[in-house]
Amino acid sequence: MSGSSSFFTSSLGRKYVMGITGIFLITFLIVHAGINALIFIDNTGALFNSAAHFMATNWVIRSMELVLFLGIILHIVQAVILTRQNKQARPQEYAYANANANSLWYSRSMGLLGTLILIFLIIHLGHFWVKARFGIPEGIPEGMNGEHDMFFEMKEVFSNLWVVVVYVLAMVSLAYHLLHGFQSSFQSLGLNHHKYTPAIKKIGIWYSIVISVVFALMPLYVYFFLKN
Amino acid sequence: MSGNMNLTLKVWRQKNGNDKGQLVNYPVKDVSPDMSFLEMFDVLNEELVQKGDEPIAFDHDCREGICGACSMFIDGRPHGPKEGITTCQLHMRSFKDGDTIVVEPWRAKAFPVVKDLVVDRSAFDRIMASGGFVSVNTGNAQDANNILVSKVDADQAFEAAACIGCGACVATCKNASAMLFVSAKVSQLALLPQGQPERMARVENMVAQMDKEGFGNCTNTGACEVECPKGISLENIARMNRDYLSASLT
Repeated sequence: MSGSSSFFTSSLGRKYVMGITGIFLITFLIVHAGINALIFIDNTGALFNSAAHFMATNWVIRSMELVLFLGIILHIVQAVILTRQNKQARPQEYAYANANANSLWYSRSMGLLGTLILIFLIIHLGHFWVKARFGIPEGIPEGMNGEHDMFFEMKEVFSNLWVVVVYVLAMVSLAYHLLHGFQSSFQSLGLNHHKYTPAIKKIGIWYSIVISVVFALMPLYVYFFLKN
Repeated sequence: MSGNMNLTLKVWRQKNGNDKGQLVNYPVKDVSPDMSFLEMFDVLNEELVQKGDEPIAFDHDCREGICGACSMFIDGRPHGPKEGITTCQLHMRSFKDGDTIVVEPWRAKAFPVVKDLVVDRSAFDRIMASGGFVSVNTGNAQDANNILVSKVDADQAFEAAACIGCGACVATCKNASAMLFVSAKVSQLALLPQGQPERMARVENMVAQMDKEGFGNCTNTGACEVECPKGISLENIARMNRDYLSASLT
């Protein structure tokens, strides 16, 4: 009726964008965690390296990489706009608000958790993606098959205890962000039904824990068991 | 009387919309546990008037939990520590002797403070008005049995219509969002056959007005559902989101 421009600038339209990009990023994490988990199956890293090579060279995946960056940027931009509007909606705070009586702390801290994840993401892209794509500050060494030896690089990065600590703490932030974000994205898309919502909430809890634990185990496993 | 309490109230006093306002301490003595929270304010106000002070302005009307006027943010929660009630239904037995109770007005840009604990909630009225009218056939009233409504839909519409527009959802939401209120008002008609002709226009106009009034956005914390004195469900917000998408696509 009113056209799409007002939809995307409306409060509900922006929430749709948050929900859709959120679910898209949730599916991305499954792929990422799945490939990471290959190091637990084959600790020579050959399987992991060939998966990483496929992800870096397949044109479908490369195209999706652009969509992924677009999704992340949209998610962040909308979050910033929504947060600013939310702050403006209450210019004067309460002297005393007992928010814990009616909501969970992490559901109220999505902006903070998201910011921590963004800081981690920048560090993480610097560790692997920027090196692999652009060779900055130096490229990834080549393995036996002439592919990038991402497995070797990973062992290098995770030989530093502080890096491991930062990665594990970031995964704690991710877990809480997902705990609220998973079920919240369905609600924002209008997908709330007494038959399915309890299942969505349960899957969301399992998803958030499993994904974050798989991610966090990788640097820990490498640091303690797989040094170069 | 035995069992009566001595309390300290910290009440927000603000002369008018331009005044900065501040919390002021009021000791209240010999409070009966059987009093309602508003009755305690009546007693305190009588004392203030007798002393020649300005009584505390607060909204109230029916005093039986159906009008939604009594907007007080008590000890960090709208309508106080109990769930499923308004301030007039809150009794002093919910507190204990020696307690300090903080009482503030609803805080939202869209609900400007008029005086003390009174806020202007006419933003809600404008959202309701933007929803427009419901088409009905003129002429003889038709047989009610001609319009079939399932029991499930009738119940859900009724539950949504139980919203009294008190504004507790806005008051408690960390974003001062009015989604629960607006979604209840959208749902009460969207679920019934009589609401279908204007269903899409209604949701679009009401959401547009809600955004224009300067309410915040929904982050699905669920605080509104917990604090709603009438137990309005978050399912209404999801329904509003669905309807809004359909309305935008058609």
